[in-house]
Amino acid sequence: MKAVCWMGVEKISVENVPDPQILNPRDAIVRITSTCICGSDLHLYDGFMPTMEQGDILGHEFMGEVVEVGSGINPDKLKVGDRVVVPFTIACGSCFFCQRQLWSCCDNSNPNAWMAEQLMGYSPSGLFGYTHMLGGYAGGQAQFARVPFADVGPLKIPDGMRDDQVVFLSDIFPTGYFGAENADIKPGDTVAIWGCGPVGQFAIRSAFMLGAERVIAIDRFPYRLQLAKDGGAETINYEEVDDVVQVLKDMTGNIGPDSCIDAVGMEAEGHSIPFMVDRAKQVLKLQVDRPNVLRQCIQACRKGGTVSVPGVYGGFIDKVPMGAFMNKALTMKTGQTHMMRFMQPLLERIQHGDIDPSFVISHRVSIDQAPKMYEIFRDKQDHCTKVVLDPWANGARAA
Amino acid sequence: MNGTESIRSNLAGNGNIRPVAVQRWGALVGGAALAIFGVTRRSPLGVALAAGGGAIAIAGVRANRKQQESFATSSVLLSCTPNEAFSFWHDFENLPRFMNHLESVKVTGNRRSRWIAIGPVGYKVQWDAEIVNERENELIAWRSLPGSEIDVEGSVEFRPAPGNRGTLVTASVRYLPPAGKLGNIVAKLFGKDPNFLMRQDLRRFKALVETGEIPTTIGQTHGPRDLSTGVMRIVDPDQSIRGESRISELVTAQRRAS
Repeated sequence: MKAVCWMGVEKISVENVPDPQILNPRDAIVRITSTCICGSDLHLYDGFMPTMEQGDILGHEFMGEVVEVGSGINPDKLKVGDRVVVPFTIACGSCFFCQRQLWSCCDNSNPNAWMAEQLMGYSPSGLFGYTHMLGGYAGGQAQFARVPFADVGPLKIPDGMRDDQVVFLSDIFPTGYFGAENADIKPGDTVAIWGCGPVGQFAIRSAFMLGAERVIAIDRFPYRLQLAKDGGAETINYEEVDDVVQVLKDMTGNIGPDSCIDAVGMEAEGHSIPFMVDRAKQVLKLQVDRPNVLRQCIQACRKGGTVSVPGVYGGFIDKVPMGAFMNKALTMKTGQTHMMRFMQPLLERIQHGDIDPSFVISHRVSIDQAPKMYEIFRDKQDHCTKVVLDPWANGARAA
Repeated sequence: MNGTESIRSNLAGNGNIRPVAVQRWGALVGGAALAIFGVTRRSPLGVALAAGGGAIAIAGVRANRKQQESFATSSVLLSCTPNEAFSFWHDFENLPRFMNHLESVKVTGNRRSRWIAIGPVGYKVQWDAEIVNERENELIAWRSLPGSEIDVEGSVEFRPAPGNRGTLVTASVRYLPPAGKLGNIVAKLFGKDPNFLMRQDLRRFKALVETGEIPTTIGQTHGPRDLSTGVMRIVDPDQSIRGESRISELVTAQRRAS
């Protein structure tokens, strides 16, 4: 089959690889019909995530049709022919964490849990198409994928719904929603959201769904800010202002936003001197992540407010304003998304017409164009917001 | 736990290493003398003598390492009842399903079992063990029979976890590898870090009991690997060690920076 492989830093290629096989009783094989490139794939592309290996298959946002199931799958749960969206986190459904709906903290899905324990103390769940530290499972930017614990994660999609409408239930829609839910939004609240990429866009719309009265979106790309405006947000282009925190104060009568959402994560951009220092440290591998957005969130948030972090971090950060965080009595909530909590309710929202997630799509291309699209997406060329790949375009399958 | 103490106390008086010590010092002194003699000759023969002498001396130093007792203990929380966890472990034939170094355990009679472990390059070590203590749903303790190739003791305890969170399983194992080549094989079998292997075993035990399977990516499809990764996989198929250095380097770099 064709698969998008990580071949090194900034080296992505489409390779012909063997088809995936069932390895465990609760596995299933899915023939993928739509798959996407995620902002967090760019952290791998740029080489900021440790424990990648040449030849790893990327991709964790995919959907398709079940073509094979293992002997341990109850046919009432999943059977050949089902059309499913596969969540990017892999969860067993029966451990301490899954029982408490903390699906992305599953204790039994990461075969390399010991690696993550070295860095984080305990291991989160396994993920598709990510680092070996987080499981090293072959990903879904391919024609087929093996899905472990397939009786837990995949969500069946009713007939009549298009791939475009539902494929983002695999990650970014629930992730944006989880980011907004973690922001502890009360009716009438003002919410500031850093990052108007796909997760930021869904966070904006989810914040309104959860009762926010004002949403202020921060980015530097006019086309992304426009998309935020379309969603009802006020916007700040941080390249056009001296001090984002001061602007937010001025916009809120010196109170500050009730909640601040960091939908950017470890590769934040900026133009301040601390940003330049962070960037240099990252290049020298002295620091994995650049935390300038997180610092602004803490600085800008109103006293007693909540900082929510759906943006991905991989390691350590320097100079977190802990004094501000403590003295202002802030709360911080974060985590990889507990997908199975949100997929069904959000599917229903799509069915009811509350939202059509396909608004974020900017590019629909064949899988063969994936390497080029990583570059375009990373460099934000061509008004790129979200790339959806068709693994079967160009007719016959390879190999 | 008192299981630990009993395991340790059983080791007292197990230190008959005298003949080995004599051989070792002989090799070290003799080899070193030969090497010095060889070096002072300044001729091809001298070089050969020096190299040979050095090798003997190194071998002497290596043999110097006496067989070391290893002890490992760890615990894991299972979301099942003590009875379920106990029953699974009590059937010793289940153990190779989550203890990767075991090839098989066969129950051979009342409280007795035959254990076969796979060492490096497929070398097998086997021993017979018997259950020495057992309390239903609480404790199982076993040890190798006297005269076995390897001296092993293990115990596992099952206790209800606080707050109805399932079962807290605590396992311990103590082994004394035999002297000589077999000892080296046994030492490799249990690895550089027995506690790590114990944690890995318990992690797999937990996955098996809670989900019916052990998560894996071994055998999954992938694109072309680079040469160094391929070679590392062949040389060291035990992935537990591979990659560790990269993470620890990273963590060290972080510490240096902060």
